[in-house]
Amino acid sequence: MKIAISTTGNTLDAAIDPRFGRAARFLIYDLDDKTFTLVENEQNLNAAQGAGIQAAKIIADNEAKAIISGQCGPKAFKILSAAGITIYPCDAGSVAEAIELYTAGALQPAKDATVEGHWV
Amino acid sequence: MKIAIASGKGGTGKTTLATALAQAAAQPVQLLDCDVEEPNAHIFVKPQWTNHKDATIAIPVLDTTRCTNCGKCGELCQFNAIVTIANQTMIFSDLCHSCGGCVLVCPEKALQEQPKTIGYIDTGHSGEITFIKGTLVIGEAMSPPVIRQVKKTAAADQLTIIDCPPGTSCPMMTAVNGSDFVLLVTEPTPFGLHDLKLAVETLRSMDIPFAVVVNRAGCGDDKVDHYCRNEQISLLLQIKDDRRVATAYSRGDGLLSALPELATQLRSLLTEIEKRINQAQGQTQGGGTQ
Ligand code: SF4
Ligand code: SF4
Repeated sequence: MKIAISTTGNTLDAAIDPRFGRAARFLIYDLDDKTFTLVENEQNLNAAQGAGIQAAKIIADNEAKAIISGQCGPKAFKILSAAGITIYPCDAGSVAEAIELYTAGALQPAKDATVEGHWV
Repeated sequence: MKIAIASGKGGTGKTTLATALAQAAAQPVQLLDCDVEEPNAHIFVKPQWTNHKDATIAIPVLDTTRCTNCGKCGELCQFNAIVTIANQTMIFSDLCHSCGGCVLVCPEKALQEQPKTIGYIDTGHSGEITFIKGTLVIGEAMSPPVIRQVKKTAAADQLTIIDCPPGTSCPMMTAVNGSDFVLLVTEPTPFGLHDLKLAVETLRSMDIPFAVVVNRAGCGDDKVDHYCRNEQISLLLQIKDDRRVATAYSRGDGLLSALPELATQLRSLLTEIEKRINQAQGQTQGGGTQ
């Protein structure tokens, strides 16, 4: 199974990007092989609107079943839920820490959008 | 003759001037409140309302029995308003700009346009003024379609004064678009000057003739005067800073009830604008037209 983590860097030690829709990129981690790929989110950094919608599409198109990020707005939440992707808000420092918390079952899934607003 | 009253920033007295101009006109006049996010000219005009209608935009509605989730609509949409994800297609109507593109591109004819109410157009009368007000429904993001529908409701051949939304972005440009002349209202302060410059740039790029009116003259410095002189922009009227205006305003009374002597000046202002419009049209068309 794959999970996605929004990040500002390129490695497992990199920091989590607290923005979801406007995250720099997503690290897609394969829990079975313990390998990862990086997917850029650059077209969204400058999107006037709906960045969260496109980011949610990236997560779904990459077949991740969970997304660990900081903030998630109502539209992205709706799409991710419809696609059966669980959202875990997390304020861990690094991607590796977040994966550890996830595998240990220490993260709580979001039941609702964690932020209102147009930027999502 | 269509005159738009605009300003780079809010609170410069744009609405007060627009209302006073309409009241002073001494002829049948249409006053359009295009500041649809915060329309408030009716407070000063106090019209008798005669008509209320919806302002709508066309948004796509999905027929899930026809949709094959091919994703073509989402690839086309520039506004992320429609998306196909994990074999579901979703529409976010508040992001939709009604371009109709998705309806055309859908190979299965699964999308159809339907009207969605995003605002209201109210028409009323007060003396010789026909007043038309646009209101954007709270929570809706698209004010330009409402502004366009206010302008379409107005008769084409009458003196028309348009109270524009503040700023220099899309809504303001939609409101001034198609006018014969723009009056930019500003204050003699550094903020006023800064926003005036932005508005001047916008109007120059749109190629609409304009002039400046300074409100609360005497409350600040003379930098606006200098700027206008250097840029060869006409400063057609200065309304002095007067406590009576603020007092009247707080009672919901307009500029003219505070400064009745202004009416004559405003009528000459209208005459001057008419002269300039005719000159400008004469120049571009190579002859004197109305
Ligand atoms: S283009 Fe038509 S068929 Fe394809 S996903 Fe969109 S609505 Fe469905
Ligand atoms: S009408 Fe245009 S803006 Fe609206 S969803 Fe379709 S493609 Fe997007």
